[in-house]
Formats: sequence, structure tokens, C-alpha cells
Amino acid sequence: MTTYAKGLKGLSLATIVTITVALALVFFYAPLDADQGFIQKIFYIHVPLAIVSLCGFILGGIFGIAHLRTGDRRYDMRSYVAIHMALIFGVGGLITGSIWAKASWGHWWVWNEPTLVSFLIVLLLFATYQPLRFSIEDPERQARYASVFAIVAGAFVPLNFIAVRLAQQFVHPRVLTLTGGNLPGPMRLTFLVSLAGAALLYATLWKYEMAAKDARMQLRRLRRSLVGEDAVAPLRRSAAPS
Amino acid sequence: MKTAIAILRKDLLLELRALETVPAMVLFSLVAFVIFHFALDRATLNGQLAAGVLTATLLLASMLAINRLFVAEREQGGFDAFLLAPVDRTALLLAKAAALYVYLVVLEVIAMPAFAVLLRPPSLGASLPGLVAVLALANLALSIVGTLVSAIAVQTRARDLIGPVIGLPLLIPALIGTARAIGPLLNSHASGAPPAKWLLILALYDVVFALLAYAVFDFLLED
Repeated sequence: MTTYAKGLKGLSLATIVTITVALALVFFYAPLDADQGFIQKIFYIHVPLAIVSLCGFILGGIFGIAHLRTGDRRYDMRSYVAIHMALIFGVGGLITGSIWAKASWGHWWVWNEPTLVSFLIVLLLFATYQPLRFSIEDPERQARYASVFAIVAGAFVPLNFIAVRLAQQFVHPRVLTLTGGNLPGPMRLTFLVSLAGAALLYATLWKYEMAAKDARMQLRRLRRSLVGEDAVAPLRRSAAPS
Repeated sequence: MKTAIAILRKDLLLELRALETVPAMVLFSLVAFVIFHFALDRATLNGQLAAGVLTATLLLASMLAINRLFVAEREQGGFDAFLLAPVDRTALLLAKAAALYVYLVVLEVIAMPAFAVLLRPPSLGASLPGLVAVLALANLALSIVGTLVSAIAVQTRARDLIGPVIGLPLLIPALIGTARAIGPLLNSHASGAPPAKWLLILALYDVVFALLAYAVFDFLLED
């Protein structure tokens, strides 16, 4: 039993329960938006996905710092999986955001919504993470360079948001501010539960991928010591740490 | 510091003798102005459009230098020699960023008059001090981020691809700041001073990435 598999069952159950509750709240409890109607409910999926994705990118940067400071390759794997998962969440956030924009503003893409634009730029930057890893062959150097990239890109996230936000002539009303914003009570509760659901889903998927990668590495090690070096095929070039 | 100056001298001397990078950047910029003339179908540009054309051209021209910045070090064993020498590794970052800065200044000294002649933005003379201030900060952003990205890209197999693909998104905030700061300067009734907001953003970007580059650069050199 690897360390990553520990508590995975409980975490998965908590995720399923939270997401079910969140969906129930979204469809049966949260009031319909007076202005936008039913389509506003995509907010409860889109915003949590985007927030969790950005936190995942920054988490990847923090693991990158830990990797460079300690030289422990496990941190590189954690950083890789954090960014990998955040990318998937980010694409989801971008697509749901685009659908929402189409429904409420009539266009698939609007340039005067700073959060959406910043998000696209961040995603474009992080989309180069895997090509970068793939084009460095030496695994040790790959890990080191990937961590440097993760740190720089993680610090880029807030800076980019400031610049894009200021570049708008006028800014849409903020639904959500740090203090909780002007969201009515039932909507805020639904949103917070949805956010918790997305965060739990991220944590669960992160743990699953870590456990799978860890198990595969252990299996390789065992096979190598049981049947000998030659029987195990050498690793192919890969963007993933191994 | 002495090491950095020595490396910078070597780089500038090499560039002066071989004339590899800067002439290519200048030619690229001139061609880009012609391309923009035809693509936009305008004989003159003003305001934000002119600023956008100028900024995008400088940004893309700098990519040429960024791609080549460390190539000689890698191909001729300069990295190994540098690692063997008992010197601070930050000196290499400093020297390369300074070299890139010098290339960009030379490029701008040639490309700006060409821009003025070819695309005739209004009031270039009156807003020159403001323009110099903005470009000084923009060059700093380009040279810091460019050096960092170049040091990453040069060790990859597809370095000509990885450099721009990582560098361009990273430089978007700097591009926003530069283009928005230059825009008002190129209006037909420009005041001559760039908006302070954008100068501040550029300065913030420069400081953040200078500190980041300083913090992570050593790890790119280990072997």
C-alpha cells in the first residue's frame, strides 16, 4: 500500500457526497437569477473550476520550490500532477465560461471580461509545460527545468491578472469579492458547497494520479529486481516524471 | 560584477565582429512595418494602432535575439567553462540580460526612425522623452524574461520552438503595459507624458521578474 493510496477511499466518498449535495443545491435550492434565469446556474460549475484550477497552478509552483530546495524528485512528481490536473480543470472552466458568455452576452468570447481573458493567457502559458518537459531528455534536468518553469509561471498568475484587469476600459460588476460579495445568502451557500466539491474533486484526482504513478514505479522496481534488468523495457521518452 | 562585465564584453565583441543578431532584428522590424502597412492597408498610423504595431514588432524582433542568446555557450562549451570557473552564477544572468538590453537599444535606435518615416505616426518628436521612458522599462522586461526563457529553451531539443512559445505568453503583461503606455503618446494631440499607471505596471513587472530570475537562474546551470 503506497502512501498516496491511504485515505483515498474516504476522500473519494467525501467528494461524491459533496458534489451530489452541491448539484442538489444548484438545481433545487438556489433561486433563479432574476436577470439571467436558468443559465446563471453554470456559475456554480464555472467559477469553482476556474478558482481550483488557478490554485492548482500556484500549488504546482509551490511544489516546484520544494523540489528545488530539497532536490527530492517526489516533489517534481507532485508539481507535475498538480499542473496536469489544473490544466484539465482550466479547460473545463474556459469552456463553461465561454458557454456562459454566449448565453448572457451573446458571444462565445468577450474581450472586456478581464477574468476570462487573463485565464486564457494563463492557460496558454501552462499549455507549454508539457511540451517543455517532453523536449528535455535527461530526467534530472527535465525535473529541474520543469520546477523553474512552474515557479515562474505560478508567480506570473497574479501579475497577469492585475495587468489584464487594468487594461479594461470598464469592468463588469464583480459578483464575487474577497469579502463574499453581493451574493444573496442561498446563492452564496450553494456556491461555497460547489467550490468545496470542485476542490475535493481536484484533491481526489490528484491523489489517484499520484497513487497510480507511484504504484507503476514500484512495479517496475519489483520486476527489475525479480526478473532482471533486461526483462524490463526501458522507459520511453515522456513528459511525465518517472 | 567584474565577471558579468567580462562576459558582456565578450558577447558585444562577438556581436560586433560576427554581426549575427542585431542586423537580423533590424531587418525583421523593417519587414514587419511593411507587412503591417499592407495588412492594415494604412499609409499612416496613429494612436493605439501605431503603438500596437510598434510594440508587437519589437516583441517579435526580440524573440530572434532570445532564440540565439545562449546558442554559442551551448555549442562551444561555454556553459561547462563557466561552471568550472569559481564565479557567481548570477553574473551570467546579469551579463546576458545586459547584452540583450544593448541589442534592443540598438534595434530601437534604428527601427524608431524607420517607423517614423514609413508609417508616419503623429507627434513623435514631442513625445520622444515619454517614449524613451516607456521603452527603457519595456526593454528591461524583455531582457530579463528573455534571458530566463532563453536559458530554459537552449537546453531543450526544440529550442527554437520552446523559446517563443513560453516567452510570448509570459510577456503579454509587459506587452499590455507597453502598448497602452505608448498609445496616448502617438495620438495626434499627444500630451507628451505616458500614463503613470502603465509605467507602474511595467516597473512592477520588471521588479517581480528580476527577483524571480535571480532566484531561479542558478538551477538552470547546474549539471
